[in-house]
Parts: sequence; structure tokens; C-alpha cells
Amino acid sequence: MKQTSSSHVVLAHGGGGELTRKLLSERVIPRLANEFLDPLTDSAVLPAVEGEICFTTDSYVVEPLIFPGGDIGRLAICGTVNDLAVMGARPLALSVGLILEEGLPLELLDRVVDSMAAAAKEAAVPVVTGDTKVIEQRGGSGMTITTAGVGAMRAGFRPGAGLIEAGDRVIVSGLIAEHGLAVMAARESLGIDSLLKSDAAPLAGLVKTVCDACHTIRFVRDPTRGGVAGVVADLVDDAALGVEIEESALPIAPAVRHAAELLGLDPLTVANEGKIVIVVSEEDAERALEACRSHPLGRAATIVGRIVESDPPLAELITRIGGRLVIQRPYGEELPRIC
Amino acid sequence: MCLAVPGKIVSRAPDGADLPLGTVDFQGSRVEVSFALVPDAAVGDWVLVHAGFAITLLDEAEARETWHYLEEAGLVESFPESDS
Amino acid sequence: MAVGKNLREDPQVLIQAINEICLELDTIRLMEVCGTHTVSLFRSGVRSLLPANLRLVSGPGCPVCVTSQGYIDAAIDATRLDNVTLCTYGDMLRVPGRAGSLESRRAEGAAIEICYSIRDALRYAGANKDRQVIFLSVGFETTAPAAAQAVLEAEQKDLQNFTILSGHKLVMPALGALLASGDMPIDGFLLPGHVSVIIGSDAYADLVDVHAKCCAVAGFEPLQMLSAIRALAAQLRHGTPRLENVYGVAVSGAGNRHALSSLDRVFDEADTVWRAMGTIPLSGLELKDEFGRFDARKRFGLTIGDDYDPPGCRCGEVIQGRLDPPDCALFGAECTHEQPIGPCMVSGEGTCAAWYRYGPAKTQGGRP
Repeated sequence: MKQTSSSHVVLAHGGGGELTRKLLSERVIPRLANEFLDPLTDSAVLPAVEGEICFTTDSYVVEPLIFPGGDIGRLAICGTVNDLAVMGARPLALSVGLILEEGLPLELLDRVVDSMAAAAKEAAVPVVTGDTKVIEQRGGSGMTITTAGVGAMRAGFRPGAGLIEAGDRVIVSGLIAEHGLAVMAARESLGIDSLLKSDAAPLAGLVKTVCDACHTIRFVRDPTRGGVAGVVADLVDDAALGVEIEESALPIAPAVRHAAELLGLDPLTVANEGKIVIVVSEEDAERALEACRSHPLGRAATIVGRIVESDPPLAELITRIGGRLVIQRPYGEELPRIC
Repeated sequence: MCLAVPGKIVSRAPDGADLPLGTVDFQGSRVEVSFALVPDAAVGDWVLVHAGFAITLLDEAEARETWHYLEEAGLVESFPESDS
Repeated sequence: MAVGKNLREDPQVLIQAINEICLELDTIRLMEVCGTHTVSLFRSGVRSLLPANLRLVSGPGCPVCVTSQGYIDAAIDATRLDNVTLCTYGDMLRVPGRAGSLESRRAEGAAIEICYSIRDALRYAGANKDRQVIFLSVGFETTAPAAAQAVLEAEQKDLQNFTILSGHKLVMPALGALLASGDMPIDGFLLPGHVSVIIGSDAYADLVDVHAKCCAVAGFEPLQMLSAIRALAAQLRHGTPRLENVYGVAVSGAGNRHALSSLDRVFDEADTVWRAMGTIPLSGLELKDEFGRFDARKRFGLTIGDDYDPPGCRCGEVIQGRLDPPDCALFGAECTHEQPIGPCMVSGEGTCAAWYRYGPAKTQGGRP
């Protein structure tokens, strides 16, 4: 297909001139429309909020751009919302920066922006400002997205590893390892046809439900890159306490487990985009669990472990057969192996 | 030194086809697999698959006993048929 | 989850049996040959449940770890050839060569594709006729038959742009070489499950008949490994070395004759350099002359240079079961998973990587 400025991104789309204006006004802005974005001022103006504000930024690079259960757009919105959500905050507004590679089909851009709009609506958080740049083709996936988000902190609630105590329980809000495996399985070079779908979802509502029900929530984090293993390893460092996770308690769907075996991956290290790890006091654990399960995104929540005194502080997996091994932060990219 | 995973054959190119290829289901993930090393494998059989090749036939009941993650609800019946 | 008639043994019963038997033995040393066993023994927690006098040492069964530095360097050099796309299993990506790794070459823009199967490389070659595809064909007898079939398929399709750089190796010659060196205080072998699917459990007869070692073939599930270890301990207790196969669901005495005849058809056995073990006679596979046009060495004039160890690296001793990773001075210090010096730390199945990743050695300097 011959690439023209009406079918594909060209360098001029990023030039700031007529093509840029058209791209934004015809394709991007109408899809994201909301009262804060529509004035199209250099900066969006937000109403004042009471209390502290939290602020996050993130960047999204994923191959392939579209995968079962989502795409880079959904990932970007949900990921940023979730960075705010795990602070216990109410997300207020998002910004989106698009870096487009020359040659990206405009149809694909439309699809991603539609997806961002849908995710923003689902999360009830507007995209209030943004930016678009075009770079020369460099054989990447075609698009990078950078975001920022602001949220209103919940009064009197500042979750963090410093609050964690021995005896606390560790809850996972649902089936793990879905996102990372869905994306890996979707890579064309592997020739895998899969039913696996990314679990990307905005979690502010789930976190609010849990925090409304329990006042001894210590710590909340979304196990994205690095998976549950990454969160648990960080937690141990930050809290200077040990963690014991029961392998048999981990909620993993059979299809996910089998795909992990196929690709030689450890589900504990695989990214999740629609789950949270919660640390809660022992006495509130059941209540937190029920609160999670009462929410559509937390139906499969499970208590998977406990915080323990340990010197040096170690994260350990108690295996199915009662053995133990250390859980560490995984290194870098997990790749399909023969061995 | 070898990751090999059990799965069920859900399709197989007919005899006389150029290559002995087919599809093995791993509880929802399906991979094109070569049966060149297990030529007698038929649809419905369980095989052990390594790097895209079936390397031996497996008895289904014994396989379920051996690999603890083979839950009863193994084969996903409602897998959407692809257009290819 | 109920699975009908439950034939499974209770892991606690097996663990108890192992502990009881070992009370009656001095220190016993078992070599687990296969890299996948190294990792599975950690990940299942089996290692942490064994009695202190039952020592598991790793063997030369990690294809990446035993690949000579010369091969890695040849692969990295190949990425600089015009129009070449290197296809490889993910295992090889991070192994350090003389100057960088395939991962760093990829970051520099080299055309490198990760494959789950060698057939992915065939498909790539078919779809990209303007590119020359070189597949890094490593692996033991489990993987070599797939390569043989791929070469036959390439011949059938008359592909002009597909070659392999064979680094295939054979397990028994390596074990034979280790035992022949005389100073191996190994009492028994936990034998690789999937190599055995291909070669058959009968292939290990000499380990018992000639070397009087206890042997057990096992798969990679926790119960499999516990069963095999219990069998080995019992053999030692009774002084009766034999070959037991606890992986009967997949392994027969004779192996997979179609796979073995594929190997005979396409490959010749050749004297091959194993990392830090030198040349072991008839321990590797090279393409037969009739398939020369699928041989990357012939097509591109690639040479496999000398083997060498990065200074201070003791991977060679590790893969021969002579050294536990925490006893290497570089372990956890200069040589970590983030900054590996040798392949035993890089490879997902490398012994050093497994100890580093799953053992407390990183934090405690001890051993599990």
C-alpha cells in the first residue's frame, strides 16, 4: 500500500504545521474529548482539590502494539491510573505523549487512541492534555507512549512498606501472569495461537473498595514488570522483613500455567496489568479478601502469604511439596528457551 | 536440558501432505507442531513437545498423573477456529 | 484436584524415605546431569528438603554452558555478515563472547530473531528470501532430531537461504569422559529425562556395567525427582548399582527410533570442543557432507576459534561437578546475573544462575 499522509504517519505530521493540526483535530482530540481537553490550551486547568496531590509518570513500549485483551493505548491509561490507585489516591487527570514512528498506519493510531479513550472512560479519568511527535522510522514497534497522572490522596492514608508488620498477610487480587504471557504468546515469531488475554484494567475502584472496608491496609502495589516476584522482592528490601508465599495458594489459570511451562517462564515473574498485591493486618485479612472479591476485578482474590521476621530479610516461596527457595527480582527480559 | 511439555493433538495434516504438521493444544495455547519424529501420532493422542516437535506419545491418564498442572478441564472445547 | 485413581506417591513419604535411608549412609554425591534438573531441583524446593549428607552436584548438561567460547564468537561474528539474519533460541542471547554478546549485537542493530522452534527459522527464511538465515543449532539429543528434520525440510523446499551452525552435543560421551578422568567422586547419576526420550534408557548401560554407578532417569516434576533420588539412595544403601527409569510415561529402553534415524541420516558424530573440557571424541554432531549447503560454516567460511575462559571464570569446573558456584571467588561479586562473566551465570539453566537466583547465597553467602 502506498504510504501517504492520509494513510500513514509521515514526518510532517510532527512538524507543527497544518498536517499536525489536522492529525490532532481530526483523529486524536475528538476521540479523547472531555471538558478539560477541549479548550486546547497549552496547559489544562484542573479544579482545586483538598489535601495532598500525588503525581506519577510512566512510559509504554510494547511489542506487538496490539495483543489479545488490549493494546498499548489501554496499557498506558490503565498503567498510569494504577500507579495512582495503589497510593490509595483518587485519579484526577492524565496526560498522554505520543511518539509515532514514520510509517505507522493511521488506522492503527486511531485504534490505539480509541482504546485510550475507552480505558479512560472505564477508569472515569479524563486525558486532559497531550503531545505528539513523529520520529524517523527505526524498526521499532511504531509507537511509544509517555503518560503522567495526578491524583488526590485519601486523607490520613499513606500506604507504604514502612507500615508493614510481621504477621501481616499478603493478598493477590486475582489470576496472575495473564498479561505478560498473552503478550509473549502474541509475538508472531513464536507461532502460538492463544486464548490468553491481557488483564489490563484500571484498578482505582478496586483499591477504593478494599480501603473503604479495611483500615489496616499497609501496602498496595501492582505487579507489572517483574511480576509478583518483583513486588515481593522490593517489599522485603523496603520493609526489612521477610515474606513467605505459599506456592499452592497462588491463583494461576490452567491455561496460563501451561503456557508458562511451554515458554519456560516462571508465572511469578510475569507481568500483570490488572492485579494488585495488598499487604494487610492479620486481623483484617479476611475482610480485605471479601472486599476484593466483592469487586468485579477482584473475584479470584486469594491470601497467598504472610510477613515474617527474618534475618536477613528474605522472600521465600514455600513450594507445593513443602520445600523453600528464595524469590528474587527477575533480571531483564524473559525469553522463550529450549532448556 | 530440555523443556518439553505435554499436550493434546487437535489437528493433523492428512497423510500425503508435504509435511507431517498439526496442532497441539496446551490448555488454551495452540502451537503448530511437527510429527516427523512421532509419525504415528493421531488426532486425540497426547504427545510430549519440545521446541516445536513432538518427541514421544504419552498415555493421557499417566500424563495427568505425572504433570501436576494438567487440570481435569484440559482441552478448551470452545477454541475459536482460525481462518487459516 | 482429584484425578481419578490417584497413583501419585505422597511427596512427604518420599522425603521421609530419603531422609531415613541417608541416616545409614555417609556423604553421597549424586550428579544431576541436566540443566533443567538443576533449575527444577531448586524451583520445586526439592533441594531444600534433602538431608545434609546427600549432595547434588551439577553436570555438563546445560547446552549453553558447554558451548565453547569459540562457537559464541563465531555466532557474534556471523551477525556482521551482509544480509544475514541470525536465528537463535532465547538461551543463547546473553552469553558473553570476546566482544559483547548477541544481546549487545542486537542492541547495535544486528538482525537477530528469537525462535521457539527451528521451524520458526525455516518459516522466516521462506518469507524473507533476500536474507540469509543462520540458525544457531545447539542442544543435546533432545533438540538435535528437530534440527535434522529441519534440514530435511529445507532440502525438500530447496531453500537457498537457510543454514545451521551446529553446536549439538551428545551426553554419554561427556559422561564417559568425566568418568574416565578418574577423579570423579560421584556415586550416582540423576539422568536427563528428555534426552532419554530420544536415546532410550538402555543407552546408559555402561554407567552401571562399566563404572558401577547408580542411575535413575527422571522427569522434571517434583515427584519424579524425589522418586529418582529415593531410588538412587536405596541403590547406594544396598550396594546394588542399577539403572532405574521413573519416567516410564515418556522414556523407553530403546528410545525414539525415528528421532535416532533422523540423526543418523543428517549428522555425523564428530570430535567436539566442550567448554573447559577440551575435545571429547565423537561427542558432537556435524552435518554430513551431502547437506553441506545447509552448513553455515561451509557457506560463510565461519571458523570456530579456540576455547578460552574469561579470566577467573571457573565454569568449566562447575559443569564437571568439581565446584559449587558459591565456592567460586567471582560468584555473587564480580559475576552476577546482572553482570555475568561466564555462561553458567547467564544461561537460564546454568548452575551458577540457579544458585544465584534461587539460593540464599546472594544474601547470605551460604548454600541451600
